[in-house]
Amino acid sequence: MVQDLGYLKETASQTAGPYVHIGLTPNFCGISGIYETDLGSSMVNDRTLGQRITVTGRVIDGAGMPLKDALVEIWQADAAGLYHSPSETRGSADPNFAGWGRCPTSAEDGVFVFETVKPGRVPFRDGRLMAPHITFWIVARGINIGLHTRMYFPDEAAANGEDPLLAKIEHRDRVETLVAAGESPVYVFDIHLQGEKETVFLDI
Amino acid sequence: MSNHDNGRPETGAFFPRDRSWHPPALSPGYKTSVLRSPRKALLSLDGTISEITGPVFGHSMLGELDNDLIRNFAKPGESAIGERIIVHGRVLDERGRPVAGALVEFWQANAGGRYRHKKESYLAPLDPNFGGCGRTITDENGYYYFRTIKPGPYPWPNGVNDWRPAHIHFSVFGHGFAQRLITQMYFEGDPMIWKCPIVGTIPDRRAIEQLIAALDWGNTVPMDARAYKFDIVLRGRRSTFFENRPEGN
Repeated sequence: MVQDLGYLKETASQTAGPYVHIGLTPNFCGISGIYETDLGSSMVNDRTLGQRITVTGRVIDGAGMPLKDALVEIWQADAAGLYHSPSETRGSADPNFAGWGRCPTSAEDGVFVFETVKPGRVPFRDGRLMAPHITFWIVARGINIGLHTRMYFPDEAAANGEDPLLAKIEHRDRVETLVAAGESPVYVFDIHLQGEKETVFLDI
Repeated sequence: MSNHDNGRPETGAFFPRDRSWHPPALSPGYKTSVLRSPRKALLSLDGTISEITGPVFGHSMLGELDNDLIRNFAKPGESAIGERIIVHGRVLDERGRPVAGALVEFWQANAGGRYRHKKESYLAPLDPNFGGCGRTITDENGYYYFRTIKPGPYPWPNGVNDWRPAHIHFSVFGHGFAQRLITQMYFEGDPMIWKCPIVGTIPDRRAIEQLIAALDWGNTVPMDARAYKFDIVLRGRRSTFFENRPEGN
């Protein structure tokens, strides 16, 4: 016998189910009067610094159908490349930009939309700069554990070319699954859950 | 604040997730997972600053009734129908440390097993005084609590006769976005837990048992509400023993 390290096990994930919108965006699904607004529905205000962009897209299943009951959250640095978080030790982020957004996919066409700013570059663990990117987290009925991925920008070819995460993707034809389509200021990021165009998902 | 490790910012990466403890993406007994499950290997990445950081939510955003599902959708002077319960517990990390300031959101069916949602087709009635969602933020010791009614079980389209055991959905934020977690809480003594295909996506019985809240007699409020205790464990963070990397990485 040796000393017990005393670690606990992480609580197991369970699917968000078909009614995740009741819990996380109640106003969106017609439950009004409990919260004034849905959390994460607005990311920028008049004083937020940086280039305004729109990020839109769909979450598409293995039969090519967009999910109309999914929920997408994003997390990103501000325009200067600083995160609004106590774990950010390089400086103070823009006080008018929290960097987190939440959007349900629409019941009509499965589209999500975020109005945000283009993030600045942040360093990888070894100090090299990563290309500008937005972290995505996707949950829905049928997804047993939330899916993490990243969106990169199509107009940052040079930065993408030296990005340490993109460089880790063995099958190079899959790199493009993490690069949005469109052009400034509207970027389109479709997430494919499976199939030939399956998005690279991250175990982070 | 336990945002800090002995006063220092938390900058360590998270322990790798034990994927054998969580349900696999593809679990054919839960039919919807078949077309919604990634089939390629995940790309493993030791956390960068994009994953070890996460949004902060302040207690000031909470409304007075946000953690009271019995009253937060009810007409003045009325309350939701059902067995009155208090659900409480702690948000901890894998090192057993309390996670302070964690936003915890929850949603559930009403006492008859019916959700307030236009896509819901179960014939059980809506309760005009029950909306079905709430939220709170853990205190400095990682504690949270809320009041609600015990949700009912309900049938769902999967197999011909599949039923969900009574459950409450939980969404939890830690201090880093990589800790983001959604799960479901079940109730002690419910025989339906072991018949449910969604519960059955979890391969390890011990992981299922960790989702079952215990009836907490000590915290039951006499003549008012029974209590259930449900602790939630988020991923732990590595210590930063030696800072041999460039500042902030």
